[in-house]
Amino acid sequence: MLITQTQIVLTGTLLLGIAAGMVGTFAVLRRRALAGDVVAHAALPGLCLAFLAFQSRSIIVLLSGALLSGLLGAVTVSMLKRFTRLRDDAVQGIVLSVFYGGGIALTRSIQNTHRNDSGADLESFIVGQAATMLKGDVQQIAVVVAVTVIIVVMLFKELKLLSFDEQFCQVQGWSATGLDVLLMLLTAVIVVVGLPAVGVVLTAALLIIPPAAARFWSDRLSRMMMIACVIGGISGVTGTLLSARYDGLPTGPLIVLTSTAIFVLSWVLAPHRGLLWKSREVTDLESFLPWVESDAAEPPAPTTSGSPGSAQEIS
Amino acid sequence: MVQTYSENAVLPGRGVPIPFDGLTTQLAEMLELPATDVQNAFWTMAVGALCAVCCSLSGCFLVLRRISLLGDALSHSVLAGTAGVYLVTGRVDPVPMLLGAMAAGMVTAVMTQFVHKAAQLPEDSSIGIVFTSLFAFGVVVVSQAKHVHLDLDCVLFGDLAFAGVNLHPVFGWLVPESFRSLVPTLMITLLLLAVFWKELRLTSFDPTLAVTLGFSATVMHYLLTTVVAIVTVSAMEVVGLLVVALLIVPAAIARLLTDRLSTMLVLSCLIGISCTTIGYLLALRWNSSAAGLTAVVAGAELLIAIVVSPRNGLLGRLIRTARLRVRICAEDVLAGLFRRQERSDAPDGLVQASVSECYALAGGGIMSMAALRWLLSRQLLQQAGSVMSLSETGLRYARSMVRSHRLWEAYLKENFNLPPDHLHDPAEDMEHFIGPGVQQQITEDLSQSAEDPHGRAIPDVKTQEVS
Amino acid sequence: MTESAENTNSAIFDIHDMTVAYDRRPVLWNIDLTLRNPGLVAIVGPNGAGKSTMIRAAMGLVPMVSGAVRAWGAPISSQLTRIGYVPQRGSVDWDFPISVFETVLMGTYGSLGWFRRPGGVQRDLTMQCLERVGMQDFAQRQIGQLSGGQQQRVFLARALAQQAELYFMDEPMAGVDAATERVVFKLLQSLSDEGRTIVVVHHDLRTVSEYFDEVVLLNVRIVTSGPVATTFTPANLQATYGGRLSILDTMADAVQKQVETE
Repeated sequence: MLITQTQIVLTGTLLLGIAAGMVGTFAVLRRRALAGDVVAHAALPGLCLAFLAFQSRSIIVLLSGALLSGLLGAVTVSMLKRFTRLRDDAVQGIVLSVFYGGGIALTRSIQNTHRNDSGADLESFIVGQAATMLKGDVQQIAVVVAVTVIIVVMLFKELKLLSFDEQFCQVQGWSATGLDVLLMLLTAVIVVVGLPAVGVVLTAALLIIPPAAARFWSDRLSRMMMIACVIGGISGVTGTLLSARYDGLPTGPLIVLTSTAIFVLSWVLAPHRGLLWKSREVTDLESFLPWVESDAAEPPAPTTSGSPGSAQEIS
Repeated sequence: MVQTYSENAVLPGRGVPIPFDGLTTQLAEMLELPATDVQNAFWTMAVGALCAVCCSLSGCFLVLRRISLLGDALSHSVLAGTAGVYLVTGRVDPVPMLLGAMAAGMVTAVMTQFVHKAAQLPEDSSIGIVFTSLFAFGVVVVSQAKHVHLDLDCVLFGDLAFAGVNLHPVFGWLVPESFRSLVPTLMITLLLLAVFWKELRLTSFDPTLAVTLGFSATVMHYLLTTVVAIVTVSAMEVVGLLVVALLIVPAAIARLLTDRLSTMLVLSCLIGISCTTIGYLLALRWNSSAAGLTAVVAGAELLIAIVVSPRNGLLGRLIRTARLRVRICAEDVLAGLFRRQERSDAPDGLVQASVSECYALAGGGIMSMAALRWLLSRQLLQQAGSVMSLSETGLRYARSMVRSHRLWEAYLKENFNLPPDHLHDPAEDMEHFIGPGVQQQITEDLSQSAEDPHGRAIPDVKTQEVS
Repeated sequence: MTESAENTNSAIFDIHDMTVAYDRRPVLWNIDLTLRNPGLVAIVGPNGAGKSTMIRAAMGLVPMVSGAVRAWGAPISSQLTRIGYVPQRGSVDWDFPISVFETVLMGTYGSLGWFRRPGGVQRDLTMQCLERVGMQDFAQRQIGQLSGGQQQRVFLARALAQQAELYFMDEPMAGVDAATERVVFKLLQSLSDEGRTIVVVHHDLRTVSEYFDEVVLLNVRIVTSGPVATTFTPANLQATYGGRLSILDTMADAVQKQVETE
């Protein structure tokens, strides 16, 4: 029985890690890494309201509520950016904290009015509790992940174009806004599906850390995405196993810490972009092989070229 | 209400005096509530206000320097600091834990920059990596430390509601426990403001200029980060992770309301205090989380500010746009009547038009009705029955409008490479924005200002004033 | 009126009364421009004159306050597949995980449409385009490993892969080495010889008469436009570069302030 339960949780976190790595790749490259964090925090009040409205603990009901309020949060971010002179960072901070505050307030009053443990149940969404995943939950996660993977694969070309050069995407006649909304939607769905396992505060990590680690290993988007999926999957599985092995350690944080460890390892070990490789390059090539200087006839361009999409000068 | 907590309260009158004791007792009698409840509420609000002031003051600079999310990151990583200290010492001592939390704050700030620069990752990703990792570490440690008081709930939710309950003697007075960390924090914040006021202002509004003037923006960045870390640590005892709301939202509201740094600081403090106070009172009423409701109140206040802010508010903008459109419609009527008069060769002021004709000149619709009323109320138009005519001032106004229109056409003709049939439309748009000063400028700029490109005379407003 | 409408319809490209504003402050005033003959067209003007803004607004990347843009007689949004674009080099993240080949391949996406993957035809075309700009040896490099001039050539190759009839290029010669500049001009010339129209935002006045057929002199409004021989005169240049029109600045302030403080 214990083994099957572990297997169920393992499947769930594995699938979650893969999907998050996939969607997160685009989020990181588009500099929308923290959008997932905002959605996750913004999802909490919807979760509570869904519980209050339907008096149900069915995961699909709760997560639908969460998805709706998460998307409302994302919309609020873009509205605030459009109609006020507040900057991106302040807007994200505002939406994140106000929605989260609303969620906390609702959780508390649910806890105080429903004397059963439903409040505590909702609280488990804040740091996550993968160990309680049920077979039905995992089946639902599997469906969501499958849909996500299909959409990303079908639209890989378009999403790649959007991420690299939004303007070029637009002048070729693609709807950049439409693709942007789709990407936001996928991110929100993955974040919300991840809530029961990893929780509000840490879901963003699943979206950010595996792609960031994968970036060290490849210079090609398709490969980077696959590596991000693998890292996400490994983190999910390892975190779950560790949590099962050492009873009482929470799953979500362990998954995050595993991916952090992989990130650090990648940073040190990866060829070309890794720290070891770089230090070897510096010592070997420059100090011992002076003729490699000739390669500098065409020096690599500076990598900082201004953030795309930021307000450029007028000319 | 607060009865559930009041059993734990330290009872007054055991030798150590409580400040404002008389006041709260009086208030309790007035409201016919138990004295301890009122006292608890009073002190809780005081703690909340203190917390709000500390957060708002430092938060203003986070918002201005566009590093609001660093506040978010700091609030998460602070848990790792306290947890780390617990892991090393195995005990729960306030002072080492405070230091550990501050250290974690610094590590977050430094690591974020390091990951961003050394690993060539976008800044938002590096913030995300650092704070989630540290928070995850904190949660893991805390989950293993159930037998001691290291409360994850407190971090996640804060417990403002209890802040006024535990009174402790400090310098011969009984005050809330959190004062012991919040008062020094406030002093540190004020000290930073007092000493580095000029530098902070400069580096917040224009980092590049600051560097060229010799102030190190980096030093100020880390100094500010340290203070924010201190603020976060002491405020988190009270409001938990929602310290972010107090850091950012009041400052952002103040930013919407003013462009002056000093005004912004004062405003944000007042807004912050109102958020914690109202949030706490609502929490009492609804039996819910004070920290959570503080954030919600802050969000509501932001919404109000966005709608009604005098200069940039949506409502104000809407009204201004409507007024502008009314004026434009009205001016179109005046100009239309003037042209009609030109064609009819009638003497000044005699041209007449029916109400419906004027209405058509204004373009129709609600705006046109408002425009006609605007004209009548300013006595630019005179109404006799259903017939309208230009008044003396109306005629002058109309002449000026047509002059603007034709001057602009002439100006376009000379300076813009536009075909003759493309001149009217731009002039129709711009005539409403050309005042006497610009008319003068254009007249001086043009080689001739007697006729417009279509050969019509440009009416001169000055001829009458000369005589 | 019908005659002028017909003229407009026969034009390759036509901007009618375009005004563009940032934050309600006009930065381009009443632009009227019609291109009838294929060839190389330079947009020339001082910094801050709105050269990039003009082509970006024409392509729908920046919203217009008023005006209409047509290509071959139809609204430009319906003609995008026939139009190529070379943005400024700084507009993308050069650390993006993508190779030179993949970048150029993106030029073929527009003709592919939704869902379809690029196949052999597109790959062959991509290689040809890379060869035309002399970058075939760098096909598998990550784009961040190129020099500025090479990056510019990749962008050009990508535009070639669009196989467009009308091109807009935003400062393709900015910050490139002399070798790249020659390659670029040769390429533009051959595109022009094939009967295409290329509109280039250009900053180097010395090379205008050497390479371009037509010139548009721009300084927040079009000062004048026409064949280089008759238009690119010292008097017109003086009118373009001799300072901004202070009246336009005053008016821009007035418009912005009126809307804000009525």
